[in-house]
Amino acid sequence: MQEHFLKIEGLAKVFPAARGGKPLTVFDNINFSIEKGEFVCIIGHSGCGKSTILNVLAGLDEASSGVVVMDGREVKGPSLDRGVIFQSHALMPWLSVKKNIEFAVKSRWPDWKRDAVRAHCQKYIDLVGLTGSENKKPAELSGGMKQRVGIARAFAIQPKMLLMDEPFGALDALTRGVIQDELLKICAETHQTVFMITHDVDEAILLADKVILMTNGPEAKIAEIVMNTLPRNRDRHDIHKNPQYYRIRNHLVDFLVTRSKQFAETAPADYDTQHPPLVKPGLTEPLPTDSQEAEPPRGMKPALHLVNE
Amino acid sequence: MSKAINLKSAVVSVLIFVVFVVGWHIATQPKATAAASGVSAEYAALMGGGAKPQSGMPTPAEVGKTFWERISDPFYDKGPNDKGIGIQLGFSLARVLTGFVLAVLVAIPLGFLIGMSPVMYRALNPYVQVLKPISPLAWMPLALYTIKDSSISAVFVIFICSLWPMLINTAHGVASVKRDWLNVAKTLEVNPLRTAMQVVLPAAAPTILTGMRISMGIAWLVIVAAEMLVGGTGIGYFVWNEWNNLSITNVIFAILMIGLVGMVLDMMFGVLQKLVTYRE
Repeated sequence: MQEHFLKIEGLAKVFPAARGGKPLTVFDNINFSIEKGEFVCIIGHSGCGKSTILNVLAGLDEASSGVVVMDGREVKGPSLDRGVIFQSHALMPWLSVKKNIEFAVKSRWPDWKRDAVRAHCQKYIDLVGLTGSENKKPAELSGGMKQRVGIARAFAIQPKMLLMDEPFGALDALTRGVIQDELLKICAETHQTVFMITHDVDEAILLADKVILMTNGPEAKIAEIVMNTLPRNRDRHDIHKNPQYYRIRNHLVDFLVTRSKQFAETAPADYDTQHPPLVKPGLTEPLPTDSQEAEPPRGMKPALHLVNE
Repeated sequence: MSKAINLKSAVVSVLIFVVFVVGWHIATQPKATAAASGVSAEYAALMGGGAKPQSGMPTPAEVGKTFWERISDPFYDKGPNDKGIGIQLGFSLARVLTGFVLAVLVAIPLGFLIGMSPVMYRALNPYVQVLKPISPLAWMPLALYTIKDSSISAVFVIFICSLWPMLINTAHGVASVKRDWLNVAKTLEVNPLRTAMQVVLPAAAPTILTGMRISMGIAWLVIVAAEMLVGGTGIGYFVWNEWNNLSITNVIFAILMIGLVGMVLDMMFGVLQKLVTYRE
């Protein structure tokens, strides 16, 4: 068997029973892997345990069972190998932009001289386009700029893997677009391995090489893993011109709208949580002969097209 | 807009002061003589009021004069019962600062411990709840008996009364540091000491400073009463001594000084508080 960069096996999270109740299984038997340099998004409704999976990967939470192995070593507790970008940006409000990043860099390389730390921080401040705002406090920055600081801080420690919990959820659409482009550019330059939670289907198609679809909780599972077959140099301006785009998009939206709820009943007979099916909706013809994939009702599609316009 | 408000409030402040002083002045004028009240001058003289009937309360002018004299020579020392106001305030401030600093040294580390550990919080909470409402002066006999030194006992009383607000505020501030910031430190593998100093301390600093400010306020209240009890030196002793001398003028002067010094102390903590407060 091939060695994966990150491998998750049999991950489960069970909360102990409340008084008189049954124990709550948030998710169960989660298996997937991520290769080096891959950008993986996970999509699912609230309550399916996406954030818990991310926190387990970050070492901030513990799974009830299962193992996570990264680069040949088991993940136990937080590590500088895995950088985290928090949804709420989590900047220290008493520190300036520069000091926030320096805090991370000094933690990564405690022996570095002052000048080296400074130069390194400046490089990442420039990278996210915050040159000139180095000495501002987070309160003086807009939401988008704060998140850029968070991105710079995470990249500055040069982690083997980047974990992002809905990093752009709190941003307006315009800002989000700009920062997504920048993130894509930086990831391409640094060959960063990324695991990201999102609710935004378009964001997933733009950024991810692989989209993990989770069924609704409790007892959420990975329904399938969608390969993004669009070429990697994706661009938000003409991505929708590629005929694959809507096929993938419809597949994802259909999953979120209908299949994520009914997955337990409509799961294909050969479904195996150990090896969730890999699907490439971008390559399948619009009308597949094999209806096992539960093609969405016809009436759904025009509505979805309206959403895109 | 704000300038106009400043000007108006300044005018009203001055007006209140003038009204108060004039009212005080009128109230302390010598009463109309005995003749008017229908008693013979001879009888009035027998009763001791004839020569110069006067109220026991000093007039504003007298207090102003004393104020000026004492302020212009604050550091003279003519024996145990006659020291300048600067020396007396100095003694009081030294006691307050000693007790306060000792309380800081105990309350902040202990507050960190209580704030970070739910076990310690629950274990120590009953003690804090019982000890907190005790009037600091109630400790005085116990302090005098065990320490056997009146001056150190006063310091101990200040220590005890400064302790609780700082302890409670530190614990509260530390316990309510945002999870996100601690998670950042965790994912960066920052060691606990550095997390405490560079994340928890700055995050909790505004709350801690609030506790220190309250403590200093209470300490300054308590020192006057404590020094009245232990005697010897200090502003509290000065007030009591002047009362025994029946010098109401000096008592009023001392009251004013206590208020002014208390205000300055509070303002200093206000400045410190501003320095550590952050906007989110």
